[in-house]
Formats: sequence, structure tokens, C-alpha cells
Amino acid sequence: MACIFLSMGLLLNCVYVNMERSGKRRLFKGDKALVRFENVTFEYIRRDEEGNVDGITTALDDLSLHIRKGEFIAILGSNGSGKSTLARHINALLSPTKGKVLVAGYDTCNVDDQFKIRQSAGMVFQNPDNQIIAETVEEDVAFGPENMGIPVEEMTKRVDDSLKRVGLYKKRLESPNRLSGGQKQKVAIAGILAMKPECIIFDEPTAMLDPVGRRMIIETAHELNKKDGITIVLITHNMEETVGADRIVVIEKGKIVMEGTPRQVFSKGEELKSLGMELPVITELAQRIGLEGCVLTREEFVKAFERAQD
Amino acid sequence: MIRDITIGQYYPSESVIHRLDARVKFIGTIAYIISLFLFDTFWGFLPAFVWLTVIIVLSGVPVRYIAKGLKAMLFLMIFLILFNIFLTPGEVLAEWWIFKITDNGLINAAFMVLRLMLLVVGSGMMTYTTTPSQLTAGMESLFKPLGIFKVPVHEVAMMMSIALRFIPILLEEADKIMKAQQARGADFESGNILKRAKALIPVLVPLFVSAFRRAGELAEAMEARCYHGGKGRTKLHPLKFAKRDYVSLILLIGFVVGMGFMP
Repeated sequence: MACIFLSMGLLLNCVYVNMERSGKRRLFKGDKALVRFENVTFEYIRRDEEGNVDGITTALDDLSLHIRKGEFIAILGSNGSGKSTLARHINALLSPTKGKVLVAGYDTCNVDDQFKIRQSAGMVFQNPDNQIIAETVEEDVAFGPENMGIPVEEMTKRVDDSLKRVGLYKKRLESPNRLSGGQKQKVAIAGILAMKPECIIFDEPTAMLDPVGRRMIIETAHELNKKDGITIVLITHNMEETVGADRIVVIEKGKIVMEGTPRQVFSKGEELKSLGMELPVITELAQRIGLEGCVLTREEFVKAFERAQD
Repeated sequence: MIRDITIGQYYPSESVIHRLDARVKFIGTIAYIISLFLFDTFWGFLPAFVWLTVIIVLSGVPVRYIAKGLKAMLFLMIFLILFNIFLTPGEVLAEWWIFKITDNGLINAAFMVLRLMLLVVGSGMMTYTTTPSQLTAGMESLFKPLGIFKVPVHEVAMMMSIALRFIPILLEEADKIMKAQQARGADFESGNILKRAKALIPVLVPLFVSAFRRAGELAEAMEARCYHGGKGRTKLHPLKFAKRDYVSLILLIGFVVGMGFMP
């Protein structure tokens, strides 16, 4: 009898331990947040030559943010507002000084899970040249899957598919040096798509591009969001790019100061200006000539203008 | 100026040599180079010369392209000729002031120049017919056994391929910095060598600073894409031995053994 109890106890213990292990991934059904920032504080510590603390810059200050699955979220902020620091937390490139960041249920502080986090949350950086590793477009797109240890047939398929997805399949054997800035960023996007992510973080992807390249990248981001259901986090200080987003979060000194749909945010023009940001040109124009409501797109502008004339 | 150097510039083509496995070509080149140093008679160069001619014909790389690569070595060759002619002791053929031309000197000079030419053209043939990425992949796979001695083979190969990728970017950047400084009155073209070298310091400093910044950003981007060293890594184009690779390997062994029987 005692033997049976003992073995049952052992069995239960095993089950419990297993649950504990699988419990690492805290995503349960009904939880729609893909990325959770829970009271995150991050401090950059500057040190002088002897290694003494010279000063502490708080880049993120007790920040909480939930990003839903399938959402297109734009994070706005002026230089030094902490928006890039926020982006690097999602990709586990930085880990919080205080608080917790959960991506797809994994804690970014846990070194063993960083691999899975980077797989599910890819990142496109600002400088197109400094994120392309290989000498041909194809090999660069394969860099992520290569690191993940994907078998050859599967990898070839993934690389081809993601290059077709961004429309660069014909250039797959060329050197990235021969591409335009916008095309290079597309190669970077394809490289992330080949890793089959749930979320792509764009860290000021258009800052070094010309207007044509800018439009190309933002359109690609929207398309990936709508057609493939990939969650997009767009970090920028360009207002025009945020107009199509589902939600805008404005950050200042590491804190969220405004949050809402583009219409909600842009109708508070004065508040934005006090934070050192400007409204999209078309919204600004509509307000200056006294059109009613908050105008975001060209079509809305035309409609509001016609209404005003009647 | 840097664009003129054709040693190591890949010449795109679909020839048999181009399609050979990079490892075979690498081993072949090493064997060829060693063979050049084994002999000290002109006859010793004959098999290497024949071997090289066959490879050049098969590869379809134009001779003019190869000659252009040799031109970069002209300065070194002239140096070699002068030193050999004047500094080798032997029977004096002509004499002027402190310079003596000897018979041994002439022979030595011809011999050395021939060896250097064969060396440059031979090793050039490998890089003309192999893309840098194939080359690094081949070397990584060949040197893998060194991993037992804790030699970071994968890391070195990765560094090499990244370096190759960034050469044109850094060249462009150097050009940009030079132009920006010329616009503010910097002078890179006049003065003697020392002066010109000194003028380059203000170009090199910003170039290094930006290269370090690039390196930091690149490392971050690599980490963001799950890079964690060579462990458990797969390759998009893994190196595979085909029939032609086995055939050429056998030919190569034949060549090496044949050399052994040479007088």
C-alpha cells in the first residue's frame, strides 16, 4: 500500500515538475498580448576611466505596454526619448534593469529562451548596410535560418518564398552593394521573414532612405501586417509613417505620454508640439485652413474640403 | 587605383574549373605552390607550367585578364631582377663602377622571376574561378579538424567573409571622407611619399571610428538574427563532392606522384 502511495507521489511529482518546465512559456489561451512590458525600467550606466559610476541615464522609466497579436503599433518619440531602447528590449538585445519583458510568453531575461524570442521577434535596423552580412542577397536572407539550423531543402524554400514576398527574387544572386537603400532594407525584411517570426520590429527603418524607399518599406510593413498577420512595431519620428497604424504610443523620457489611434493622438496637436513633434503635413494644413475634424489622409482632406465649401 | 588589382577578383563563368569544389581547388593550389619550390632547375617548372596552361584553357579566363593581375607585381619583379643580377657572386660578364653582372646572377634572376610569375598566376587562378563565399566555406570545411586544437575555424571563416563584404563599403567611405577633406582644402596629391602618408592620417582616423561603429551595429544585427557561433549551424549551399571533383582529385594525386619521380 505504502509502495503504491509512494509511486503515485513520485508520478505526481514528475507531472508537477514537467508542468513547471512547460510553464516557462506563460502564454495561455485568451492572452492576446504578444509582447508585455511590465513596469520596465532600464538604466544606462556611464562609467569613467576607473570604472566608477559617472552618471545614470534612465532610458525607460517604469513603463508598461502590451502589444496585441496582429497589431500594427507605431512608437513615436523625439531623439533620446527611449524608443530605440524599447525596441531592443523586445528582441532581447537588452534586458530590463527592473521589471519584466515577456515576448510570446518567454521572459527576455532568461538566456535559454533568447533564441526563441529572437526567432519570433525579428528586427530591422536603421542602417541598411550594417545589417547585411553575406555577399549575395540569397545568402544574406539565409543567415537567420542557417543560425537556426534549418535543413537545406526547407531553407531554400523559405529563402525563395521570402524573397518573392518582398519582390526581390530576381536579384537573389546579386551583391547587396548593388541595391538601393530601400531594396537593402527589403533584403533585411526578407531575412527576418525567412525565420517565420510572429512580430517584426522596425527601428527607424526609413531614416536613411529617400522618399521612394520610405514609401516602399512602410507599404511592405502594412502588407505583412494585413496579409500575413504579422505583428508590426514601427519605431519612428516621422509622423506621416504612423498614419496607417492601429495604435500610436508616444514616448518621452522613457514614459508613455500619449496613447491611442492616430486620430486620437493627432487631434491633440498642441500637446504633440510641446513634446517637440509635428503633426503630419496634411493634418497640419487642414487645421490651419480651418477644416473640421482631424484629417489624416489625402482622401479625407478632399472630403473635408468639399464639405467646407458647401 | 585599387580597382586595377585583379588578383583575387572573381571572373564569372560557367566552366568546369568554376564548378569544381572549392576544397579541391584549394588543395590543388597548395600542391602546385609546393611543387614550385621543390626544384631548382628550369626543367622542374615544366610540369607546373603544363598543369597551369591546362587549367587556364579549361577555365576560360582570358589571358589578358590574368596579365593584368601580373602587372600589379611589376614593381616587385623589377626589384627581384635587379637584386639577383647584381648581388649574385659568379663569373663576371660585365662591370661598371661597383656593379657587377655575373652569369649566375642572370640565371638566378630569370629563375626567380619565372617562379614568381607561376606563383602569382597559379594562385590567381584559384581566386578567379572561386567566389569568396565558396572559398571561405571550403577553407572552413578543410580546416575543421583544427577545431580539436581549439582553433576558432568557423569564427575566422566568418570574419573573412564579413571582411570581404565590407571592403567595397569601406572603400566608398574612405573616398567620401577624402572628398569631404579635399573640399576643405586638404591636399593628398603633392609632396613626397612621407608627406602624402602624413596627409592620410586625418582620413584614417574617421575611417577607423566609423568602422568600429559599423562593427558594433553589425554584431547587434547578427545577434538579433540568432547568431551564436558555428554550433548547430546549417548552410544554404553546402559543399558537396560531385563526380568531377573525385576525377580532378585523382588527377591531382597523379600529378603529385608524378612529380616525385622527376629527376
